[in-house]
Amino acid sequence: MKAAVIVFPGSNCDRDVQVALRKAMGQEPLMVWHKETDFDAVDLIVLPGGFSYGDYLRCGAIAANSPVMNEVIRRAGKGVAVLGICNGFQMLTETGLVPGTLMRNADLRYICRDVDIKVETSQSLFTAKYEQDQAIRIPVAHHDGNYFADDDTLAALEDRGQVAFRYCDAKGNVTPEANPNGSQRNIAGVYNETKTVLGLMPHPERLADPKLGGSDGKPFFDGLVEALS
Amino acid sequence: MSTALANQQPVTPEVAREHGLSAAEYDLILDIMGREPNLLELGIFSVMWSEHCSYKSSKKWLKTLPTKGSQVIKGPGENAGVVDIGEGLTAIFKMESHNHPSFIEPYQGAATGVGGILRDVFTMGARPVANLNALRFGAPEHPKTRHLLAGVVAGIGGYGNCVGVPTVGGEVNFDARYNGNILVNAMTVGIAPADRIFYSAAAGVGKPVVYVGSKTGRDGIHGATMASAEFDDDSEEKRPTVQVGDPFTEKLLIEACLELMATDAIVAIQDMGAAGLTSSSFEMASKGGSGVELDLDKVPCREDGMTPYEMMLSESQERMLMVLQPGKEDLARGIFEKWDLDFAIIGRLTDSGRMVLKMHGQRVGDLPIDPLAEASPEYDRPWQPTPPRGDVDAASLKAGIGAAEALKRLMATPDLCSKRWVWEQYDHMVMADTVARPGGDAAVVRIHESNRGLAMASDCTPRYCEADPERGGAQAVAESWRNITAVGATPLAVTDNMNFGNPERPEIMGQFVGCIAGMKAACEALDYPVVSGNVSLYNETNGQAILPTPVIGGVGLIDDLDRLVGAALPGPDQAIVLIGETRGHLGASIYLRDIEGNDAGAPPPVDLAAERRHGDFVRAQIRAGGISACHDLSDGGLAVGLAEMALAGGCGADISAAQNTPETAWLFGEDQARYLVTSPDAEALLAAAGDAGVPAVLLGRSGGDRLILAAGEAISLAELRRAHDNWLGDYMAGQG
Repeated sequence: MKAAVIVFPGSNCDRDVQVALRKAMGQEPLMVWHKETDFDAVDLIVLPGGFSYGDYLRCGAIAANSPVMNEVIRRAGKGVAVLGICNGFQMLTETGLVPGTLMRNADLRYICRDVDIKVETSQSLFTAKYEQDQAIRIPVAHHDGNYFADDDTLAALEDRGQVAFRYCDAKGNVTPEANPNGSQRNIAGVYNETKTVLGLMPHPERLADPKLGGSDGKPFFDGLVEALS
Repeated sequence: MSTALANQQPVTPEVAREHGLSAAEYDLILDIMGREPNLLELGIFSVMWSEHCSYKSSKKWLKTLPTKGSQVIKGPGENAGVVDIGEGLTAIFKMESHNHPSFIEPYQGAATGVGGILRDVFTMGARPVANLNALRFGAPEHPKTRHLLAGVVAGIGGYGNCVGVPTVGGEVNFDARYNGNILVNAMTVGIAPADRIFYSAAAGVGKPVVYVGSKTGRDGIHGATMASAEFDDDSEEKRPTVQVGDPFTEKLLIEACLELMATDAIVAIQDMGAAGLTSSSFEMASKGGSGVELDLDKVPCREDGMTPYEMMLSESQERMLMVLQPGKEDLARGIFEKWDLDFAIIGRLTDSGRMVLKMHGQRVGDLPIDPLAEASPEYDRPWQPTPPRGDVDAASLKAGIGAAEALKRLMATPDLCSKRWVWEQYDHMVMADTVARPGGDAAVVRIHESNRGLAMASDCTPRYCEADPERGGAQAVAESWRNITAVGATPLAVTDNMNFGNPERPEIMGQFVGCIAGMKAACEALDYPVVSGNVSLYNETNGQAILPTPVIGGVGLIDDLDRLVGAALPGPDQAIVLIGETRGHLGASIYLRDIEGNDAGAPPPVDLAAERRHGDFVRAQIRAGGISACHDLSDGGLAVGLAEMALAGGCGADISAAQNTPETAWLFGEDQARYLVTSPDAEALLAAAGDAGVPAVLLGRSGGDRLILAAGEAISLAELRRAHDNWLGDYMAGQG
């Protein structure tokens, strides 16, 4: 499997996901600078977390229009797997690769903490190593993770099984108290229609190493490597 | 000289006074210059000789601090201190205050404080790996406190989160004495290869002086002067002296500088912090024994028509000055252009020993370098010692409210409540190396791609420093050393951030002198030298000074992260052992202040030999596996320490069998040099302690869902947790 991590000015989780991929793949992912318009063929493209271009406009809005993004959109259209984490998820909604938008957290504060999220389906490239309905614990770290879409879109997402993860309690119950940011229907991550593109706010790369207090994020990357190799 | 450019206003002693210069200092300027300075030159003198830049009141005493040790590669005098952490690596760190600006404009003041300290560290070639913050606010009921706390926390988060450096630790305290002057002390720790450390001394005639980063604007002019004066009722009018931060540019600047540092292009580099272009160029030239000629037409400016005075005194953020090897300009320019940052060659080094400033082909300023930088004024200000206080006799206390009730109240006080509301607004996990997160004795950050880690903490107990500056200074260092030890790390060195009132008042200067004496003794006894630091004086409003607050930022090394321990009770049925001697010292304690409403008494004595012996024992036991959890005892004593361990572990404990009298002194006394630990084998631990001459006593065992402190004094963890976890969030929501 080959992977590329797109590096935007202001990306700051690029190294973290590079490390997680390296450990899972046994080789280095390609690090692609945002000014590139072409790069080697890969099986997975990662849009990492951070504050691309400072996020002084809407989060991810400038990145969605950066030189490299045309190529990412083109390849996503051809079925190449694309993963957007946190700021990367914001870019995916801004480009329209996944539906919805991410608004400021309901309490208007940045939040960094471990959360429990429920795996809605194990039938995807990204979640094959998890059980359906399994609750996994990984951190969020964002100011703008409040997922919003209109009711018709939400209904369509649920009908097609495009909801990837929902915030839940430690037992997997999806409750209002478990929702850290006000997201509609506790949505923490969504797929595109073909489930080849995933955007999620929580950071699996940050808890893929028991030394850091948990490794629930590790099967995420192991599963990707297995599915794409 | 062109009057059109800089000198419209004639310089008089009155103008000098408006610039914060005393009559004697102005006379000295006339002597040095041999003529009247123009306004630009006067402005430069005023910032370079401000307390903030020159350390003129504190230098004499700072020089007495121990700064050497086999672990020290570079002590005070550079942008940050450098210590050896083995395997060809160094830790580079410093703490710096942004008190005055944060009071005037909390978000930007705190944000730019973080930005400035980050630059001090990556200037030296280090990748920043962690931020910490020591924050002090006024009384919770003061009308400004919520606004200031919310703004400062948002500013720290807004900057650090965007830059992508985890904010892993620090402290937040409240006291009415900070009502008019809050403290925002920011610390950054970075890691650099030992053979690639960059310094600021610039030498080599003709070498190009290069400006990189953001453009220069009209913000922050006279920030350093503002930070060197007391506040009064009109202080909010000083808002224009506060800089505005751009963390995105800082992130680019970090990456671009580290990329350039991997080449051999840089001769010297210095960030533009307080006093901006003035301070950076003078410091580089002074340290290198050089002269400098700057062409101000080349300085990238945010707006047209900026005068030389504004350019030289602007404190616009995210800017660096460097001297390059001739011929490397294009290589460097290419890297900065890749990151979309400004890059301009604005001058060259000379051998004149003078700073010559030109604009539009004219000489607009010409000053000697050394008298402004290295040879700036130094004062031996009069000081008077703080009168000693008597000890508090535990038997004289009012009838108590019961230990369990007292503990519950203490755990929900502003100083001891959970600070989760604060640190959850900081990204404390980015970089994916945070091994011990905020909330413990010390935060621990893994050295990337290794199984070693750096432990770090910030500490100070200002009420001790007020009661007895020398004891308070020693205690701050000792507690820092203890916190680093409590996770199993070897303490290496400290940075200090000295926050005090007006040094022109002998009693304030006496606090400063006393704290330094205590710190010196403790640093020497604990082999814990000072490698960097910062002084913030004039923290006074309308004559009311802050509590003396010498904050200690400590850094230590863990060679094997598998041996790291935390403070959380590791589960039921563990033996709980108290290391160190308990005399029940209640003077200047949290219990006395917050339960009895009495801030009398001398602080606890600090026996440095005992500190050393107990800490070395605990560290060795942690490494040998004899200790499974460890917590330093400080504010609130044994009861609060145990409660913190229980809440962190979600497990109760019973120490009632070890009850001692008087009960209040036993449970809440703040005797120093103590650790509360759990052990898988208490007998072996007690025997080893006996052999080492370290007092140790078995208190009881972990288990259950209650804390049983003494006969009839129990409290459920759930009740304790509600009180402890909710206070700050409720307060900030306006319900406190």
